[in-house]
Amino acid sequence: MSAILFDRIDEPGLNDIAVYEKRGGYEALKKALTVPTAGIIEELKASGLRGRGGAGFPLGTKASFIPTADIDKYLVCNADESEPGTFKDRELMQKNPHLLIEGMIIAAYAVGANRSFIYIRGEYELQANILEEAIAQAKASGYIGENILGSGFSLDLVLHRGAGAYICGEETGLLDSLEGKRGNPRLKPPFPANQGLFQGPTLINNVETLATIPPILRMGGSEYAKLGVENSAGTKLVSISGNVQRPGNYEIELGMSSRDIIYGLAGGPDEGRTVKFWFPGGSSSPVLTADDLDLAYDFDTLAKAGTMLGSGAIIVVDDTNSVVDVALTLASFYKHESCGKCTPCREGTTWTVKMLQRIQDGEATPMDLDIISSVQEQIIGNCLCVLGDAMAMPVSSLVTKFRAEFEEHIEAARERNGLGMTPPPASEEPALSL
Amino acid sequence: MTEVTRFTHGSRIPGWDDAVDPDKAPAPVPDAATTPVPAELRQEIEAEMAKYPVSRSALIPALHAAQRVHGWCSPEAIEQVATVMGITPGEVAAVATFYDMFETKPVGRQTIYVCTNISCSLRGGDKILAAMKAAAEGDADFNIRGFECLGACDMAPMASVNGDFVGPLEPADCAQIVSDLKGGLEVIPSKQLRARPCADPAGNVAVTSNEGGQS
Ligand SMILES: Cc1cc2nc3c(=O)[nH]c(=O)nc-3n(C[C@H](O)[C@H](O)[C@H](O)COP(=O)(O)O)c2cc1C
Ligand code: SF4
Ligand code: FES
Repeated sequence: MSAILFDRIDEPGLNDIAVYEKRGGYEALKKALTVPTAGIIEELKASGLRGRGGAGFPLGTKASFIPTADIDKYLVCNADESEPGTFKDRELMQKNPHLLIEGMIIAAYAVGANRSFIYIRGEYELQANILEEAIAQAKASGYIGENILGSGFSLDLVLHRGAGAYICGEETGLLDSLEGKRGNPRLKPPFPANQGLFQGPTLINNVETLATIPPILRMGGSEYAKLGVENSAGTKLVSISGNVQRPGNYEIELGMSSRDIIYGLAGGPDEGRTVKFWFPGGSSSPVLTADDLDLAYDFDTLAKAGTMLGSGAIIVVDDTNSVVDVALTLASFYKHESCGKCTPCREGTTWTVKMLQRIQDGEATPMDLDIISSVQEQIIGNCLCVLGDAMAMPVSSLVTKFRAEFEEHIEAARERNGLGMTPPPASEEPALSL
Repeated sequence: MTEVTRFTHGSRIPGWDDAVDPDKAPAPVPDAATTPVPAELRQEIEAEMAKYPVSRSALIPALHAAQRVHGWCSPEAIEQVATVMGITPGEVAAVATFYDMFETKPVGRQTIYVCTNISCSLRGGDKILAAMKAAAEGDADFNIRGFECLGACDMAPMASVNGDFVGPLEPADCAQIVSDLKGGLEVIPSKQLRARPCADPAGNVAVTSNEGGQS
């Protein structure tokens, strides 16, 4: 497979428009502007590209939901990238900003949006400065502005820096934040395609999704669709971190074996250690164990295994780590980031942290594990957005798959705490329902 | 009866359990004639407001600008943002308190976020946070915070030092960082993100004079 997004990404000066153009940059835009917009959406549909931000919704279908009426429409690029373990958009924006900008101009043209925004997380200062410079260059070259390259199409592009809030990656929380409010998610429907930014139809996509548009148009949608496997077309950037020897971003063809990614590309855990469990798609995805290493890395295979590909962030945890520590770090993160709008999420994340802390402090009994599991069940599906589920799914997967270790940990911590033996295992008692 | 402690379990909103005075009338939009705003700050906020179809969108950029001027989102800074944007200080404060990067208490100017999320904690992020705090112990100029995933888990454990990402860090690097900052130097240039190549071999292949397409 030849690299598509990471092709020679370390080429010096690539963030300069002259270097980008020299390797064929902005040619896809020039071609696109001569094609009727419906034709571009057809190409995107033919490519089979599914959103790279987490939910995996097909790009072409989403673009076709935007009404064709002549009203104010918006394009928003989601560059919030705050899901723990995810850092792929960072590398793309920092090293090849024009690829994203070109993709955005084409997407805006396809759906008839005249205003576009990049919502970048506030912590990405270096990347924001690089993008700002690249946007100015694209404006100076006439790719952004009035009547782009004589096509009659006009577009404004504004870089908007966030200020540190994971929930602003959720698309409707992002829209509120972009309107100058607290980043609380909105009730859906209406979906952003109908009523998004400033109440107008809004196409919102991840950085990687939008950056894949120019290569798709260059190759042709059906040619792109030949990459990858059924229902998971194309290449994907995966961010690998945690206990591996060569952490980093890699571009893979979807359907590659997970073992080849974790061991082949990232070198696996240090000498003498083994994979205990791994998050296949960011910290929100239910964990898999060493038994699952041969699963193909694509949307459908991971969904069948009860987890998800998510943002493509693989976090590897080796056998030297305690499952309780990881669960507590995870739950604390979601508790901190819950916007507080829905009770199950706000209270559920808070109580999960408290109960895991009780385990650490040696005050818990195995019955606490049943209560933890029942709290997770009561969060899932009962919230406005999926942040609550994003804690509940991985935490309940940890408790289910590593129950014995949790129980051992509870015993040991009680022992340390001088509380001695625990009462009989909880499974003999009815689970407490809250 | 045991006393029930309320509102102590921590929200992301600092000060949300501070007492309010219900008899106090809500503050109106400040009067521009009587609220002085530094000219540069005003210009910067107005330039931001002009970028959006609805000027309220410029609130986060405006707060970034005000925090840069005042060092934190002080009542005065909030008042100034409200004046220029024509909204109430309450609306501004409501937004300022939502976001982690806005400081709602006075803090030191040297801002260090040490990541303590999963990938960093697997590689010793908590030790880095402790070492960083120890290195700057007692210096009020330093604002050192544990932070959620900063999007650089490949360089775990890492920190953002005044916006520059550095990693992977050893506990011993922390003293270096603190002294570099005190001396006005760039912190550990070899460990900065900007110097880091892509892990993917395809990103690194020697650049040939291939003038064709990208793929
Ligand atoms: C809590 C939460 C956080 C999210 N964070 C991000 C993010 O940082 N970046 C992103 O692209 N999508 C994020 N998403 C997914 C977006 O809501 C949305 O699905 C995505 O931007 C759509 O783009 P795509 O179709 O190109 O994937 C998040 C979702 C949730 C529920
Ligand atoms: S699920 Fe959580 S983060 Fe999402 S809207 Fe509800 S309270 Fe806010
Ligand atoms: S976990 Fe530390 S940067 Fe992601």
